[in-house]
Amino acid sequence: MSETVIQPRTYLSIWGVLLALLAVTVGVAYVHLAWLNPVVALSIAVIKAVIIMLYFMHLRNSPRLVWVFVGAGFAWLGIMFVLSLGDYLARQYLPKPTMWLP
Amino acid sequence: MDLTVAHQFDDAEQQQEASTLGMWIFLATEILFFGGMFLGYTVYRAMYPHEFAAASSHLDVVLGTVNTAVLLCSSLTMALGVYSAQLGSRRMLALCLGLTMLLGAVFLGIKFYEYYQKYEEGLIPGSGFTWAGANPNQTSLFFVFYFIMTGMHALHMIIGLGLMTVLVLLTRRGRFTPSYYTPVELGGLYWHFVDIVWVFLFPLLYLIDRSS
Repeated sequence: MSETVIQPRTYLSIWGVLLALLAVTVGVAYVHLAWLNPVVALSIAVIKAVIIMLYFMHLRNSPRLVWVFVGAGFAWLGIMFVLSLGDYLARQYLPKPTMWLP
Repeated sequence: MDLTVAHQFDDAEQQQEASTLGMWIFLATEILFFGGMFLGYTVYRAMYPHEFAAASSHLDVVLGTVNTAVLLCSSLTMALGVYSAQLGSRRMLALCLGLTMLLGAVFLGIKFYEYYQKYEEGLIPGSGFTWAGANPNQTSLFFVFYFIMTGMHALHMIIGLGLMTVLVLLTRRGRFTPSYYTPVELGGLYWHFVDIVWVFLFPLLYLIDRSS
């Protein structure tokens, strides 16, 4: 295969980083940061997901066409979240429609 | 001409690229499949933040953390399995796949023990749901998401174990060579994807509002 072979040393360091990030995410959960807690937890989860995809899933050495499809997957996820939450989270700020209600 | 190259492909490399792309397209549909559940979770957590936090405190953080570590270790052994396949080391590949399966089974064992604990505590949503605190109906929503999301994840793990079993059998039959190990690569992609789902499930379900 022409693709670059990732060495075990790289896999081991990625694994170490992932376990360290797991320790950080559990530790930070017990520090009171108010609304920042979920933001920090999700940011760490995103970092973990990205390094798993880049190294364990070999995205780093994959053809850029694969990147387009992965990007499309997440883009549509983003569209689903933005449109749905735009509805649900804005409901309390908007007046309730009354004229069509029985 | 390599016998493992199907006639519609120019060469082995093109064949593997096509397979990898196909697997990623499947994984993109999986992102949206789990995404729907994550969206529902987000909407209801925004609606009932206090009930979700109270319910989340009934999950076992130690077991959840151990399980996350177990899954990350299984991803390492899977990645090393792909490396062994690239080297053509059949024995190492079988060993790595076996270790991955073992760690996957440990994860499922701990998961089902947690389910049993929740059953003992009467936290299964439905008529048997017992909750001493405020707003039991809204609180049981958290457990609905907990059981459906971790249940779908566990189902993916069980399917993953099935795939690993097939890979071990094919390895023993000597089907994989350094120039053809596509099933190992694709099985790895699936396994790591399931790991990523758990990476998001763990903080969202176990670590809500632990600081207060």
